Amino acid sequence: MAELNTGGGDSKGKKVRSKKQDAGVDLTAMVDLAFLLITFFMLTTSLSKPQSMNLAMPDKTPEDQPPVELTISEDRTLTILLGEKNKMVWYYGLAKEPIEGPTVVGYGKNGIRKELLSKIKSVVAKYQGNSEKGLIVLVKASKKSTYRNLVDILDEIAITKVPTYALVDITPEEKAMLEKEELLTK
Amino acid sequence: MAKVKMSKKSTKIDMTAMCDVAFLLLSFFVMTSTAKVPEPLPVDAPASTRETKLPETDLVTITVGDGKVFFGMVGQDVRADALGRIAEKYKLTFTEEETKRFSLIDGFGVPAGSLKGLIALKSDERNKEGVQSSIPYDSIDNQLREWILAARYATKDLHQKELKVAIKGDAKEEYPTIKKVIDILQDQKINKFFLVTGLRTEDF
Repeated sequence: MAELNTGGGDSKGKKVRSKKQDAGVDLTAMVDLAFLLITFFMLTTSLSKPQSMNLAMPDKTPEDQPPVELTISEDRTLTILLGEKNKMVWYYGLAKEPIEGPTVVGYGKNGIRKELLSKIKSVVAKYQGNSEKGLIVLVKASKKSTYRNLVDILDEIAITKVPTYALVDITPEEKAMLEKEELLTK
Repeated sequence: MAKVKMSKKSTKIDMTAMCDVAFLLLSFFVMTSTAKVPEPLPVDAPASTRETKLPETDLVTITVGDGKVFFGMVGQDVRADALGRIAEKYKLTFTEEETKRFSLIDGFGVPAGSLKGLIALKSDERNKEGVQSSIPYDSIDNQLREWILAARYATKDLHQKELKVAIKGDAKEEYPTIKKVIDILQDQKINKFFLVTGLRTEDF
């Protein structure tokens, strides 16, 4: 390929002819290199930004002030207690005398989602047309529940479009409920 | 009978087009991508179906995993300014060089007293496991609160914007740790924050 024509002395009379060379260059090695670099960049970079989920908490009431009392009808509140083993307990109504429950249920579309959907429907049917009075879901996470559980339940709430929800501290009464179902070990 | 002659074709293929495509892709990837930054505290974020994107600026990320809490700020100016405020608070002094080095650190998790040592380390040593313990966040020595406060002041001063807070928790982290972090935020009246999650479909 790369020859240097020195034009030596022995071919004196003849014209020096330049060799006709093939114009095509072998690109195989170059393509190899290019694809290698592509793979490298594809693997080392994170193209997409991480996803996130919004969480808004209510204002904390200072301890020296009396807590604001809100009266809500018991047939609008569904309480979900997050326990260990990726299970939860839900009850409908008041903790002392629940209208329904307490029932143990798992996460996912065959678990809590069904309950949430049916409760949203029944509350809407009960308060016909009054869009301000929808279901209220209270999420109470126990000490043994994980962060995954929390995100899962918030996600479930987002999927089922629960109008009002809140993250609340668990009460001793509800702890006992979880312990009874063996979802909270000390 | 005439023999059927196999036409002898050259085995060489014209690579020009392929080469063009390869380099086009290569330049695309080089331009659009940002390099993955090694994290001091790798966590496995839980998945959710929601697709809210995390804001890019004026953000702090609180990484929680294994009982440890790490803190990360976006923007070199904010980092430098927040460090100044922390130094003032804990009666520390940092040289200009140290402040500059600190502003290049994405996330860290050491008590204020050990910051000097951390800054002196090389970046690959810094992200080794066990080098950084955690930012103290209990009620006796709540440095996490100070850092959030410092970052908020810094963002407000430099960019005239409210600081946004993202919590990046490990999926297996138990709720009390998360609760503590949320409480620290709520004590400062930060009631809205982002939970960093992975992506999944509704069908689970």
